[in-house]
Amino acid sequence: MTFFNDVKKILQQNIREYGMYIALFVIMIIFTITTEGTFISSRNIVNLVNQTGYIAILAIGMTLVIIIRHIDLSVGFLAGFLGAIAAIAMADPKVVQAGMNLPVYIVIPLTLVLGIVAGLLTAFLVAQMKIPSFVASLAGWLIYRGAILVVTESTGTIIINDDAFNAIGNGFVPDIPGIGILPGIHKLTLILGIIAIVAMALSEFNDRRKKLTYNFEVLPTEIFILKVVFTSAIIGGITWVLSGYQGLSWTAVIVLVVTIIYNFIMSQTVLGRHIYAIGGNPDAAELSGISVKKLIYVVFGSMGMLSALSGILFASRLQSATTTAGTLFELDAIAAAYVGGVSAAGGVGKVVGSIIGALVMTSLTSGMNLMGIGISYQYMVRGAVLAAAVIFDVATRNTGK
Amino acid sequence: MNAPILEMKNITKEFPGVKALSDVSFTVETGEIHCLVGENGAGKSTLMKVLSGVYPHGDYTGDILLNGEIQGFRHINDSEKAGIAIIYQELALIPEMTVFENIFLGHEISNSLVVNWNETIKQAGEMLKKVKLDINPATKVKDLGIGTQQLVEIAKALSKDVKLLILDEPTSSLNEQDSENLLQLLRDLKEHGVTSIMISHKLKEVIAIADSVTVLRDGQTICSLHARDGEITENVLIKHMVGREINNIYPPKKHIPTQEVILEVKNWNARNPSLGRDILKDVNFKLNKGEIIGLAGLIGSGRTELALSIFGNPGNFQISGDFYLNGKKQKFNHPKEAITAGISYVSEDRKGNGLILIQDVKQNISLANLKELAEHWVVNSNAEIKVANKYKTELNIKTPSVEQKVSNLSGGNQQKVCLGKWLFVKPNILILDEPTRGIDVGAKFEIYTIMTELVRQGMSIIMISSELPEVLGMSDRIYIVASGKIAGELKAQEATQEKIMKLATN
Repeated sequence: MTFFNDVKKILQQNIREYGMYIALFVIMIIFTITTEGTFISSRNIVNLVNQTGYIAILAIGMTLVIIIRHIDLSVGFLAGFLGAIAAIAMADPKVVQAGMNLPVYIVIPLTLVLGIVAGLLTAFLVAQMKIPSFVASLAGWLIYRGAILVVTESTGTIIINDDAFNAIGNGFVPDIPGIGILPGIHKLTLILGIIAIVAMALSEFNDRRKKLTYNFEVLPTEIFILKVVFTSAIIGGITWVLSGYQGLSWTAVIVLVVTIIYNFIMSQTVLGRHIYAIGGNPDAAELSGISVKKLIYVVFGSMGMLSALSGILFASRLQSATTTAGTLFELDAIAAAYVGGVSAAGGVGKVVGSIIGALVMTSLTSGMNLMGIGISYQYMVRGAVLAAAVIFDVATRNTGK
Repeated sequence: MNAPILEMKNITKEFPGVKALSDVSFTVETGEIHCLVGENGAGKSTLMKVLSGVYPHGDYTGDILLNGEIQGFRHINDSEKAGIAIIYQELALIPEMTVFENIFLGHEISNSLVVNWNETIKQAGEMLKKVKLDINPATKVKDLGIGTQQLVEIAKALSKDVKLLILDEPTSSLNEQDSENLLQLLRDLKEHGVTSIMISHKLKEVIAIADSVTVLRDGQTICSLHARDGEITENVLIKHMVGREINNIYPPKKHIPTQEVILEVKNWNARNPSLGRDILKDVNFKLNKGEIIGLAGLIGSGRTELALSIFGNPGNFQISGDFYLNGKKQKFNHPKEAITAGISYVSEDRKGNGLILIQDVKQNISLANLKELAEHWVVNSNAEIKVANKYKTELNIKTPSVEQKVSNLSGGNQQKVCLGKWLFVKPNILILDEPTRGIDVGAKFEIYTIMTELVRQGMSIIMISSELPEVLGMSDRIYIVASGKIAGELKAQEATQEKIMKLATN
């Protein structure tokens, strides 16, 4: 039975990588059973994805920061602060009265640029002034906390009444109009899902073909087919569940696009390789002609930009900017990254892993909410899961390749 | 013949997929200096880890007898209690702590809860006297040289009332003077009843000091030799280690260096601002195309600093002076610029700043020249595997695949990965800093052969080395560095070990 032996061997070698997918799957099954199916309902899954959005975006940036052996504690309140800035620019009563309010298509890029500037400031302290990132970003945490209070002092909560802006956190991609078949199903989502499956399969086949022309080692044929079928089934399943409600939310689209871009950068480009190299051994990287300083600016700048995006998503979801926006986001993002297999020692971790980590953490919250478990126990369970994930990570560190 | 202090009988230790030790037997007599030799990967370190309890009892098969009694160490503390102390190649001192704190770390002198610092300092002073070290016990370890640190480690072992002292390549990072001091110290300790086991690659030292030698190869005991029987000679040792006779440990020179100057440094000064002292003073030297020059000198003489100061100055020294490449004046502000200009630097510290241990062979080889494998910043991973496989074959890197993590390779193969990485940059000038430190005889010869081939193809090499025979065997010209200055220049034909040492210690 070479087939089963092969499967076993490949699972063993990649247990670290597959571990969190399996964990997410198990958690989903448990909640589906305990909530008698409510958990897996289209409506709940769509909600879950939207709730994960602003943490997932932060977790992507945090993955890079942790890979280069740093940390950024300021991102939560930075997100909250920039969300408030965006709200003021669009909808603060005084600004509106003065006729100074800006349209959404200017506000969003402007907020992202402000985020990059904030990130570069932290990077300046870390790279130039040689301040440990924990301290530099803790200073930022305090400053942005104060800054939120300053800008919302006079008005308190700022209500945003821009429909386009609010759609980011609450709206859905519209369906193709005028198709009669399959009523109640979001056709566009279904079509996108099918395109995704075909694209995935084609790129896998293409990659395998190229590897074979070089005479490199590839997966055995049966396992390769099994892998493609399995991945297709997962994409298909998610597509089906999502299209049963209102289809893809704009939040899901944003998270998907950011994930694809960052995953591509980290796995395929020179920049990504250099970031992993710095995390693996900064001295060796520097001697290999990589400017560690420059990449600290790049990584913290990207973190700032994603903080701004996260702030926009959150403000849009609440349709307002509040004085407490951003509280504990940074710790949720850090937890998601660790659950997703990012190593605290640096140099190891994947963007997709952190997204799965974020999904695991939100699934726990969502599932326990549906079960009516109190918030106090929810914190404890999430803490235990975080500890278990890191224990698993450490225990499997030396297996596989 | 004395009674054995230690007998290890039929030790077998397996790792998943590998038999690291296979039925090894090893006997050490009381009061002798016993050397353990063998190529990298022969199982020396594994055997010592079994002995010290790093691999707990039950994790291996076979028996350990100490003074005739069977032992079952479950932890390194157990073996320490039995009087065994190991000093590893990588020192285990805490740099920010003082010498006396380090010596008594883990077995502090205290009554109930409170440490008695006065007694600690007094006893630390006595231990330092035993290892003939005249330093203030309140000095921080980070302010000591590497040779002195090694002696502090030994003082620490003595403070635990050691009966059996194990040293894992103690002289690999020491200069000749410090090495000689250390060997003398081992002889003195022997007079006072301490038995020592020394793992070493330096056969001259082994011959000078060993009462007995055990040779391991591929996880098996090959033989035990005794000085009293006159069996310990270099040729015999090498023959047993590699299983073949090596008559000539340096490949024949095939190249003829040109007189075309490719690199020249004039009136070169460097100051390390964080240490607040001058590290290079008025250095002048030149390198011809197709030539190997050796930079000889003691550890700490400034050879590595000299290399780094021309390789883009990553240590941010304050530099003055002129640097010419192909006759053109140049100034590099980052290693990146030096690499672009065709200079490679293979570090003396593979693990510290040479390799990324958690990454695989191909990622390490491609790191310094990823752009060549990339189109529009996207790395072609198939081309990367191809390049890695090319260097794997050319340099004979022993690894199951280029996707193996470099931390799983032996020292010699790690060094070849470093070399592959820097050759892939396609340099004109290759700086090799201690290229054969801590690697076995077979791998050394391979590296020498590669060097000879590279200069034949027109590359120029600067080799920094603390091993005089290597400097003499490989260089066309030799510069001797002492206290940050060039103390002299010798042609290969006129150089001898004595001449070099005289200049280096002046």
